[in-house]
Amino acid sequence: MLQGIAFYLLATVAVVSALLVVTARNPVHSVLFLILAFFSSAGLFVLLGAEFLAMLLVVVYVGAVAVLFLFVVMMLDVDFVRLREGFARYLPFALVIAAVLLTEMILISLAVVNGGAAAGLDTLTPATPEASNIEVIGRVLYTDYVYIFQAAGIVLLIAMIGAIVLTLRHKPGVKRQSVATQVGRDAKTAIEIKAAVTGAGLNPEELR
Amino acid sequence: MPDLSLALPLAASELTLTIGALVLLVLGAFLGEKSARLVSILSVALLVAGAAVAATGPLGVAFDGAFVADPLAVYGKVAIYLLSAVAVILGGGWIQRNRIAKFEYPILIVLAAVGMSMMASSGDLISMYVGIELHSLALYVLAAYHRDDLKASEAGLKYFVLGALSSGLLLYGASLVYGFTGSMRFEDIAAVAADGEANVGLIFGLVFLICGLAFKVSAAPFHMWTPDVYEGAPTPVVALFATAPKMAAMVLIGRVLSEGFGGIHDQWSQVLILICLISFAVGAIGGIAQKDVQRLLAYSSIANIGYALLGIAAGTEQGLQAMLMFMTLYVIDQIGFFAILLSLSKSGRPIRRIADLAGLKTDRPLTAVAITILSLSVLGMPPFSGFWGKYYVFGAAAEAGYWQVAAVGLVASVVAAFYYLRIIKLMWFDAPLDAVKTDKAPVESQWIGWASAAFAFPLVIVGLTWLEPLTKIAASGFGAG
Repeated sequence: MLQGIAFYLLATVAVVSALLVVTARNPVHSVLFLILAFFSSAGLFVLLGAEFLAMLLVVVYVGAVAVLFLFVVMMLDVDFVRLREGFARYLPFALVIAAVLLTEMILISLAVVNGGAAAGLDTLTPATPEASNIEVIGRVLYTDYVYIFQAAGIVLLIAMIGAIVLTLRHKPGVKRQSVATQVGRDAKTAIEIKAAVTGAGLNPEELR
Repeated sequence: MPDLSLALPLAASELTLTIGALVLLVLGAFLGEKSARLVSILSVALLVAGAAVAATGPLGVAFDGAFVADPLAVYGKVAIYLLSAVAVILGGGWIQRNRIAKFEYPILIVLAAVGMSMMASSGDLISMYVGIELHSLALYVLAAYHRDDLKASEAGLKYFVLGALSSGLLLYGASLVYGFTGSMRFEDIAAVAADGEANVGLIFGLVFLICGLAFKVSAAPFHMWTPDVYEGAPTPVVALFATAPKMAAMVLIGRVLSEGFGGIHDQWSQVLILICLISFAVGAIGGIAQKDVQRLLAYSSIANIGYALLGIAAGTEQGLQAMLMFMTLYVIDQIGFFAILLSLSKSGRPIRRIADLAGLKTDRPLTAVAITILSLSVLGMPPFSGFWGKYYVFGAAAEAGYWQVAAVGLVASVVAAFYYLRIIKLMWFDAPLDAVKTDKAPVESQWIGWASAAFAFPLVIVGLTWLEPLTKIAASGFGAG
C-alpha cells in the first residue's frame, strides 16, 4: 500500500518534471527540473531494492552532470529565446514522432511481457539475499566483466587525451610561476651590487 | 569465475598495445612536444610488434565469451595493426611539415587500433559496442586534430554527431536483441535465432544493429557524413579512416551476422542486399560530379563497401572469404592513393582538385604511373588487384544465388570507371593548368604510394597465392545456409 503510493508519487513527479524540462521558459529552471527528475528516478530505484544504483544516479547525474549543465547554461551566453523560435511550428511534427515512438515502445514491452522475449531462458538468478547490492555488482564487474570494465577505462582515457589535444594551447608569452626557480634563488643570484661613483650621477644604462 | 591467467595470453596483442600506449603517453608527457618524432617511431614499432604477437598468439575464447581469438580475428588484427602503422608513418611526416606535431597523434592511432582489434574479436554485444566506441572516439579527435583548419573542425564535429547518432541506433538494436534473446553472446543469440520462426522483435533489433554498423562503414543510405569528413579531415587521417576501421567493421559485421544470426540468414541478407544496391548507385553516380579528389575517393569507398557487403550477404563461407580478399586488396589500393595525395603539392599547398592533376606526366612520371595503376585497380580492370577482389565477391554472390545483384554491381563499376578514367586522361593527355612545378615529395608517402601501386600490379599475382589460403582459414567455420 505505502509502496504503491510512493511509486505513483515518484513516477508522477518524474514524468511531470521531465515534461517541464522541455517546456520551461527559463533554461535554469529546466536544469533544476532535470535534477528533480533524476531524484525521483533514484527514488524509483530504491523502491526496486537497487539502492546502490539510486545513490549512483544521485552522485553521478545530479552531482556531476546536472551541475555541469547548470554551469554551462549560466556561463555560456546562449540566446535561448532564439533557440526555441520554431517550437510551436515543429510541435505537431514532434508530437507525431513521439506518438510513433510511444506505440513502438508499448508494443515491444507487451511482446516482452508475453514471453516473446527470452522465452528459451531460465528465470533470472535471484540475488543472494545476504549480499548487498554493491557487493553483487562489484563481484560481476571485476570478474565476468573485467574485460569490458578495463576497456571502458581506456575509452575514458581517450576522451581525456582528446580534450587535451583539442583544447590545450601553449601560449609563448605567458609567464608561469616556477616554484623550483623561486626556491632555488639565494642572495648571491638575487642581488647584484654595483659600485656607483659618489657625486658623478647615474646613467640607467650602466646598471643593466 | 574466469581464470585471468588463461584469458590474458589470448588478448596479448591488445595488452601489448595498451600498455605500450600508456608508456608512450608518459614518455611524451615528460619529454614534451619535441618527442613527437620519437613517439611516432616507437608507435610504429609497437603496432608491428602487436601484429606479430597477434599472428603467433594462441586461439580460444576468453572473458566468458566476450573475447574471441579465432583465425578471423587474427587475420583482421594483423591487417588493422599494419594499416595503422602505415597511417602513423604517413601522419608523422605530415604533422611535422604542418608544424602541428604533437606526441598524442600516434598514441591516439595506437589506441584506436586497440578498439578496432576489440571489434575484430568481439564475441558479444557489449564488447562489440565498447570496441566501436573506443576506436571511434579516437577517430573523432583525429578528424578535428588540425583545429586551426575550419574544415577539419567541421569534419570532426560532423563525424562526432553522426557517429553518436549511429551508436544510438546500434545500442537500440542491441538492447532489443538482448531483450528478445536473453543473452548478449553471439552464440546464445544464434541458438535462439536458429530454433523456430524468426521473432519480429529480434528482426527489429537486427535491422537497427545493421543500420548502426552500416553507418560505421559508410554504406549508403548511411553515407551522408563520408564526403564531408573525407574532404575536411587531414589527408593522413582520412588514409586511416578509409582503411583500418573499415576492415575492422567489415570483420565485425561478418562475425555478428554469420555467427550471431546465422539461422535467419534470409532475413538479414535482404537488408544487406538493399544496402549494397543503394551503395552501388550512390557511389557510382555520386562520384561523377565531384571536383575534389578526396570527395571522389569518399564516393569510391561507398561503392566499394557495397561490394564487400555483397560478400557477407552471400552468407556462405566462400562469401566471407571473398569479403576478406576484397577488403585486403581494396585497403592496400586506398592507402596507396592517399599516400600519393600526400606526396603531391604545389608551392606548399596540397593538390586537392582533380583538375590540378592535369599534365602530371611531364612533372612526375613515376607518380602518374602509380596513380594510373591504382585507378585501374580500383575500377576493377584485370589483371590489377581490384579485379581479383571483385572477381571473388561476384563469384561468391553468384554461387549463393545473387547473380542479379552481382550484375548490378558490375554495371555500377562500369559507371564508376568513368571517374577513374577521367583522372588517367587528365594526367596523360591534358596540358598542365599552370607552369608551376610540384614540390619535392616527402620520401615516406612517395614510397608507400609506389609500393602499393607495385602491389596492385604485378606483385598481386604472388600476393594472391598467399592471401587465398590465409583468408580461407580465416573464413572457415563461418557462414550460414
